[in-house]
Amino acid sequence: MNILVCIKQVPDTTIIKIDPVTNTLMREGVPAIVSPFDAYALEAAARIKDKDKSTKIYVLSMGPEQALAALKECLSVGGDKAYLVSDRACGGSDTLATGYILSKAIQKIEADEGIKFDMLMFGKQAIDGDTAQVGPQVAEDLDYPQVTYGWEVWPTEDGKGVRVKKELEDGFEILEMACPCAVTITKPDYEPRFPTIKSKMAANKAKIPVLNAADCGLDVERSGLKGSPTKVKKSFTPPRKEGGLKIKEETPEESAKKLYDLLKDKGVI
Amino acid sequence: MDFKLNEMEQEILDMLHDFCLKEVKPIAAELDEKEEFTMNAREKLAEMGMLGTYIPEEYGGAGLSYLTYIVCCEELAKYCASTSIMFSVHGSLCSWPILEFGTEEQKQKYLVPLAQGEKLGAMGLTEPGAGTDANGVRTTAVLKGDKYILNGTKIFITNGYYADTYVVFARTNPDLSVGHKGLSAFIVEKGFKGFSFGTKEKKMGIRASATYELVFDDCEVPAENLLGKEGEGFKIAMMLLDGGRIGVAAQALGIAQGAIDECIPYLKQRKQFGKPLSAFQNTQFELADMQTKVDAARLLIYRAAMAKQNHEPYSHLAAMGKMFAADVASDVTRRVVQLVGGCGYTREYPFERMMRDAKITEIYEGTTEVQKMVVSGWMLKK
Repeated sequence: MNILVCIKQVPDTTIIKIDPVTNTLMREGVPAIVSPFDAYALEAAARIKDKDKSTKIYVLSMGPEQALAALKECLSVGGDKAYLVSDRACGGSDTLATGYILSKAIQKIEADEGIKFDMLMFGKQAIDGDTAQVGPQVAEDLDYPQVTYGWEVWPTEDGKGVRVKKELEDGFEILEMACPCAVTITKPDYEPRFPTIKSKMAANKAKIPVLNAADCGLDVERSGLKGSPTKVKKSFTPPRKEGGLKIKEETPEESAKKLYDLLKDKGVI
Repeated sequence: MDFKLNEMEQEILDMLHDFCLKEVKPIAAELDEKEEFTMNAREKLAEMGMLGTYIPEEYGGAGLSYLTYIVCCEELAKYCASTSIMFSVHGSLCSWPILEFGTEEQKQKYLVPLAQGEKLGAMGLTEPGAGTDANGVRTTAVLKGDKYILNGTKIFITNGYYADTYVVFARTNPDLSVGHKGLSAFIVEKGFKGFSFGTKEKKMGIRASATYELVFDDCEVPAENLLGKEGEGFKIAMMLLDGGRIGVAAQALGIAQGAIDECIPYLKQRKQFGKPLSAFQNTQFELADMQTKVDAARLLIYRAAMAKQNHEPYSHLAAMGKMFAADVASDVTRRVVQLVGGCGYTREYPFERMMRDAKITEIYEGTTEVQKMVVSGWMLKK
């Protein structure tokens, strides 16, 4: 099975601090990481490879050259080969343009490698933009069936399709679809594997092809800012929530009493 | 002196740091409380190829520098001293002597699985009547046909029971008057006939490290498992302890640095008399003093590691690093508990554990007093 996992390099938002004076994000010195849901998507693919060694995992990203570091990280935890799409013409792409660019890049890689990807995998969303649209958009562009919010994916017995355990509000459902297809992965109950010293060394030595707009045959009118109908009107940091109050008295009764008194004092009840 | 790791080595260290935050730190207190062996780290470090850090690639290791290995001991100890000693006993006391003194067959049979993490290593020297005084070993090894028959008991064996491969010291010459020339080293596998485990020690610190008694009752060891030559045991023991000391020194260093790193957020947040503890000059002076000592220890230890890496004499350097770092670890952890105060004394926080863990570094792999003998011996020999 040939799997392509799309990943995005994002600032580690768990480390980003908010400047208390200007109320803006302090991005300086914040390390860039593989967006966590994308890491889960790669792990889901790696688990398929664990069971079937003939599986080949490709990793694709769009972004500036710094994103090569994220791709190398992916090569150390299951990826076999990585590609980067990097071109000024791609800068400022919204999800529509990104979907278009990735789908063109996927076709280019398929042509170069002489293969057809059986499954495209994505994190359900990136932790910076949080749109959850790119995976589904690529599937639409390529006219592939798709399942979102996947936990686990297995190839079907005949190898012609995949089965996806999909997370719902109140449980799971198992869906089956024919390949080629697209799956987005949410946070499952397993963690991405750690690299090994050897995989890390091999990843560091790996040559990662960088594709530009011309390589992918991109229509520049559909790429980057030009191809992005989404316009950001305003961006702001939501006001910081005040820390809550913790009530932990000796007994539950006393805690309830204290809560009651507090709410009563505030005039809530 | 340049103690810099290369880019790749730094990345391996970052990888280990990430591993520590996700897999070591969160369970360190629980394992200490339950006195449970660090099995999760043992297995995952093996998967990551970390159990053969400095072993050459031809023997299944990663072929990284010795300094990298030592910095790994330090990094693990910042979060869990028990994990660090499991790692360094495996690397310094079992894998290293086989790499240095083993035959090609022994290396293929024993070193490769150790370096790949498939097997865990341990070493048995200490006995009820021998420890600091390695000459006091009473365990005997008598050659009968193609086997040595071992009889005796080893105590305080780190990684005991959980390890698969043991480097064990025994007397091949019963004549005590020949002194250390009667000592030989053997590679003993868990499961050899007549080899069993006795009491598990209940300890003050490093409680997630398994410390067992090894019992040899007519234990049959194939003659080809003699490590080095007959009578070379003492030399091997002294050399492996020299290396082991750098690992324990790095453990002490990690404990001390871990205690400082961990207490700073607390000191910034905890308020007394209307200001955070970190705003008091006493706190600031304590921090500056502790970090300076820790950095001094680090320089001594890295110097010893570099000397070993460059095949220069390092016995006295290792001893200096170990005695200084062990003292710093005990001192710093005690002072951190004091800075943190009541919370520092509770088991809700890691500081009391670190203080308990620090003490052993003054004792094992040669007590501080033995290190002083080594250093002064080197000084007076000149």
